[in-house]
Amino acid sequence: MKKLSCREAIREALAEEMLRDDNVVLIGEDLGCYGGCFQVTAGLFETFGPKQIIETPVSEEAIVGVSIGAAMMGMRPVVEIMYGDFSTLAADPLINHAAKMRFLSAGKLSVPLVYRTPMGSGTGAAAQHTQSLESMFTNIPGLKILYPSMPADLKGLMKSAIRDQDPVLFFEHKLYGVEEMIPEEDYLIPIGKADIKQKGNDVSIITYGKTVFTALEAARLLEDDDISAEVVDLRTLRPLDKDAIIASVVKTGRAVVVHEAPLFGGFSGEIVATIAEHPEAFRALKAPVARVCGLDMPTPFNKHLELELPPSHTRIIDAVLTLFRS
Amino acid sequence: MAFELDKDKALSTLSLMLRIRLFEEKIEEMFSNHVMHGTTHLAIGQEAVHAGVSPALDPMDWIVTTHRCHGHTLAKGSSIEEMFAEFLGYSNGLAYGLGGSMHLIDVDRHNAGSSAVVGSGVPIATGMALQLKRSGSKQLAVAFFGDGASSRGAIHESMNIASVMRLPVLFLCEHNMYGMSACARDMVSTDSIAHRGASYGIESRMVDGNDVEAVFESVTHAADYIREHGKPYLLETRTYRFSGHSKNDKKLYRTHEEEQQWLQRDPIALFEQRLIERKQMSVIQMESLRQSIKDEMDTTVEQLMNNPQELTIEEAAGFTYASKEDSAR
Repeated sequence: MKKLSCREAIREALAEEMLRDDNVVLIGEDLGCYGGCFQVTAGLFETFGPKQIIETPVSEEAIVGVSIGAAMMGMRPVVEIMYGDFSTLAADPLINHAAKMRFLSAGKLSVPLVYRTPMGSGTGAAAQHTQSLESMFTNIPGLKILYPSMPADLKGLMKSAIRDQDPVLFFEHKLYGVEEMIPEEDYLIPIGKADIKQKGNDVSIITYGKTVFTALEAARLLEDDDISAEVVDLRTLRPLDKDAIIASVVKTGRAVVVHEAPLFGGFSGEIVATIAEHPEAFRALKAPVARVCGLDMPTPFNKHLELELPPSHTRIIDAVLTLFRS
Repeated sequence: MAFELDKDKALSTLSLMLRIRLFEEKIEEMFSNHVMHGTTHLAIGQEAVHAGVSPALDPMDWIVTTHRCHGHTLAKGSSIEEMFAEFLGYSNGLAYGLGGSMHLIDVDRHNAGSSAVVGSGVPIATGMALQLKRSGSKQLAVAFFGDGASSRGAIHESMNIASVMRLPVLFLCEHNMYGMSACARDMVSTDSIAHRGASYGIESRMVDGNDVEAVFESVTHAADYIREHGKPYLLETRTYRFSGHSKNDKKLYRTHEEEQQWLQRDPIALFEQRLIERKQMSVIQMESLRQSIKDEMDTTVEQLMNNPQELTIEEAAGFTYASKEDSAR
């Protein structure tokens, strides 16, 4: 085992895949000597050079469109868009083209593209650099959507994403410095599988991305109240691991769904529906399902106000305790 | 002296132009008879561009077309049977009936299909050129777009990227004067879209898009330039869409006089006149060619409609993601 940060884990996955296959190419802004906006690709240019690291002009729409065309011809592009908020600019190539190419060619063309971008608040970057826009894309058949949290998952899932035949959106949280022990040897983590980050019996906290850490902290503090919380890290949003959600809720009988994106219209609604539509999970419920999400407003710049936006462990604990009072 | 195609090439070019015109007229007839559903975008009047581009290139060069893609698809050599079947939504169509009129694609003939979001195919063709270059290929990619799409940011971004990365892409503007109902005079900031090439450092030219030999010669020149210098090229072809934008267009945005003026420059009539003057073909031969193509269209459609084949919804859904077998590759 070795200790790696989230940033290093993604970098190691990219480097291993680029070494394995020279058609794996990083494309994006400031990827060269700068090392990417969040330093994820730092040092890679020195090793792999301009043939596998293509630095582009500020042209998000064309960066993704160009990567789609290249992917159709055999490249395995890994696109970096420096902030997830700029996904609005890449929405046409992702939604209308990457997600439709296999379909419109009746299976003759593939777009094995990975779209990497960081999401979420906590950086003091205000309303246009802190959003969580995953639900803009979760309703699009043809895309696969990953949003892992821990270094080991980031590495194993990035490698699977690069090897996948379909376009994969790989959303990253911005806690790039968080470390974890990960295996020395080469490994893959399958797309579409959730992971139980902490086992528990009394309540399921279902989440993904940065709020996995918040949920784990909440679970630790809930032990003081003799509540054993299970933390389900979805890791993949599409295809969703419904079996893992159902199994956990059937076991605990209580569910709190957590994400940083605003509550209204957020992906949590899909998770709640998954539970409500399943007869066994529905019958197992001892209390209504609760949601703890981002506040329904743009991110303020003011540090104290910004901190109030995403789910805190306090809000999660309050939601859990409410389920035990009803 | 103006460029002239040799006799064999001239005859095959006229034949292709007629196939495109008669194919589209057949489509128009089938729509008016409510044989087909959905919509279609005809390009009657633009045949000199369709027949002058792909035949001037290497068959292994790639094209990315637009929603007005029938002529380019024929010019790449697709079978009318598979094309008509696609229009009818049949599973023996080019895309098994999943795409229809706006999404003709034929990967085996290096036609990577169209984007029906105007202008969005341009970055895709640019990316194809990027990978062609990386893999050491001598092939190029053609990015078709119209005067309407020329206002899209994606095209600006692509031309800038193609220039700084020196990509083998031919930006082929099919300027037919109208983006749907909007006249280029009111929507495009320059007299010639080719002029924009200079601001990207891209070599460019404007050519009469109703003169098939002029288009052929310009595309040959552009392709030679791209392959020799490893740089993109912008070619603007000036033509006119006799047909409306789509099937329900009353053409209220332009005058009868303007249409009549352009009809005087019908690209097929112009080329036929030349071939007659050069004594390469007689009027009688042309009539007989036209009739045989028309018969082929009628027979093909009749045979297809006698044996309709469609995918099930499960089969169609199977093309959303790679299958397990695809993934194992």
